Amino acid sequence: MPDDRTTAVLDDDAAPGTPTDALVDDQLVENPVPDSFDDPRGWRRVGRYTLLGIVAFVVLFPVYTTVIASLKPGNKVLQNPLVPDAFTLDVLADAWSTGRLGRYLFNSIVVAIVITLFQVVTSVLSAYAFAILDFPGKNVLFLAFIATLLVPIEATLVVNFDTVDGLGWVNTYQGLAVPFLATAFGTFLIRQVFLTLPRDLRDAAAIDGVGHLGFLRHVAIPLVRPTLGALALFAFLGSWNQYLWPNLVVNEADMNTVQSGLRVLSKGNVDEPNLVMAGTVIAAIPVAVVLLVFQRQLVRGLTAGAVKG
Amino acid sequence: MDHDARPGAQYGRVVADDERQRSRWADFPLAMAMLAPSAVVLGLFVLYPLGRAVWLGQQRCNNFGGNCRSQGFGQYADIFRSTEFQNALVVTAKFALLTVPLGLVLGVGLAVLADKHLRGIGVFRAIFSSTVATSVAVASLMWLFLLQPSVGVLANVEWFNSLFPSVKDPGWLQDPGTALTAVAMSSVWGGLGFTFILVTAGLQGIPAEYHEAAAVDGAGGVRRFWSVTLPMLGPTLLFVVIVLTTRAFQAFGEVDLLTDGGPRPQDSTTTLAYFIYGQNSPIKGDVGLQAGSAVLLFVLLLALSLLQLRMIGRRVHYA
Repeated sequence: MPDDRTTAVLDDDAAPGTPTDALVDDQLVENPVPDSFDDPRGWRRVGRYTLLGIVAFVVLFPVYTTVIASLKPGNKVLQNPLVPDAFTLDVLADAWSTGRLGRYLFNSIVVAIVITLFQVVTSVLSAYAFAILDFPGKNVLFLAFIATLLVPIEATLVVNFDTVDGLGWVNTYQGLAVPFLATAFGTFLIRQVFLTLPRDLRDAAAIDGVGHLGFLRHVAIPLVRPTLGALALFAFLGSWNQYLWPNLVVNEADMNTVQSGLRVLSKGNVDEPNLVMAGTVIAAIPVAVVLLVFQRQLVRGLTAGAVKG
Repeated sequence: MDHDARPGAQYGRVVADDERQRSRWADFPLAMAMLAPSAVVLGLFVLYPLGRAVWLGQQRCNNFGGNCRSQGFGQYADIFRSTEFQNALVVTAKFALLTVPLGLVLGVGLAVLADKHLRGIGVFRAIFSSTVATSVAVASLMWLFLLQPSVGVLANVEWFNSLFPSVKDPGWLQDPGTALTAVAMSSVWGGLGFTFILVTAGLQGIPAEYHEAAAVDGAGGVRRFWSVTLPMLGPTLLFVVIVLTTRAFQAFGEVDLLTDGGPRPQDSTTTLAYFIYGQNSPIKGDVGLQAGSAVLLFVLLLALSLLQLRMIGRRVHYA
């Protein structure tokens, strides 16, 4: 279970440092730690805020120009691109309907939800088999699962397109979703947590006559719920951000996802940057909302691979 | 890999060997049933296509992907040596050298900057992590709007345009000398949030006592950064470098949207992934050459990860 410090990265006042303040006040009055140590004061503080402000402006600059453009009528976009001197919602509405962003969003959501649900279920099942069950051939199968982690998507798409084409799934939701319904990453992630379950727990359940499926449902799954949240978020984002695959497997406008749809919008409207930027804004909002709501899962999932070594 | 090799009877009854064998088989049907959904998907859409791609890679087809003939596995060497593949390889390597160090330094810089106990720091943290919400397409289109020579932002800002005339003529994405750097900037920006979040989490995992001890010994902020922060961040930074490098070697969307692999005829931004799947790729439609190049990319990525783990991993200090 990741400790709370890792999950609190984005929380306002959760930064480490409270003990430091006590130390500075009580014990080190004679030999104070430099101001900049953890809590800058005076001019240093002003300087720090100024620096933070400038950097934040630079980081947000592309977002700023995009939002401004999406809210301006076409003839004003390039006159003062940095100044919001005109306002209209027509362009956003235009991108939504004639630019088909509404339809693309719907497709992306359907595909992402299907992929997320399946990835969570398939990962839990295979993780349970690898972590709790014992059976001949387990090691070989586990290695085969792990090996799939090393294969980049580029190496499989040429053939996957043939497979999906052969199944008649070009321009369908199945074609977009089925190749991604299971991941070794999810299996591995959940297996790591299942392995921490004490074996006494399973033994006790077995003595009480609880079978594996009952144990999985009533004991194992509730214990890994936080990790499942992280996996679900990653499955959703991974599916949402797919670019190469939808471009290959969709050639009918109505079946585009948000990403491949943005490509169509951009390539088809080179002279209308505000329309393209409005589409970009519409495409970015759902993910921004999801990430705001699920910050903790995001950090937990991202750090699962890194901080714990 | 800390593979689970515990004795068979771990979760069954503890009994004699032969019965243990039997209990291993007892779980077999259930295990297969539970593994089947994942195994079918991974087998059909990861392992099989990889194997088939290795086979296709030695075939030569016509431009519509039909009429394929075996050329022998020497075709892999031919692909690797071809001018087009070599160009894509060099472009990709340059792209990695532009994006990985810059992305790492900026990400660490932002994280250190925001790792302070200040009122309102949460707002800045949210801003610095915000680009994690942008997909490749979203980030690339934002930068396309900034950089386009005719209908772009920077080309239409008077003072910027007079400071850097090249932004309008020929345009940074259109100039073979700057195109790859411009694409790299977009890519670094898009990856900034990811690096920031990871490094921030890493920073918060460093016990405050280490900094205090160093401060008591008279180490200033800069000294503490080099002697405490960086070494303690080792595993995080290793992970970030591997992920950023892998991403750089798979870069496709930003190239597809910003430059289409151009400017031509130099193909200055045709990365390996674009070479394989791009709209304007010279091997578009030739399944054999595509599969062959894709397998080479796979081998390259595998070698790179192993190399990084060995070279950097040896110096990383796991606390």
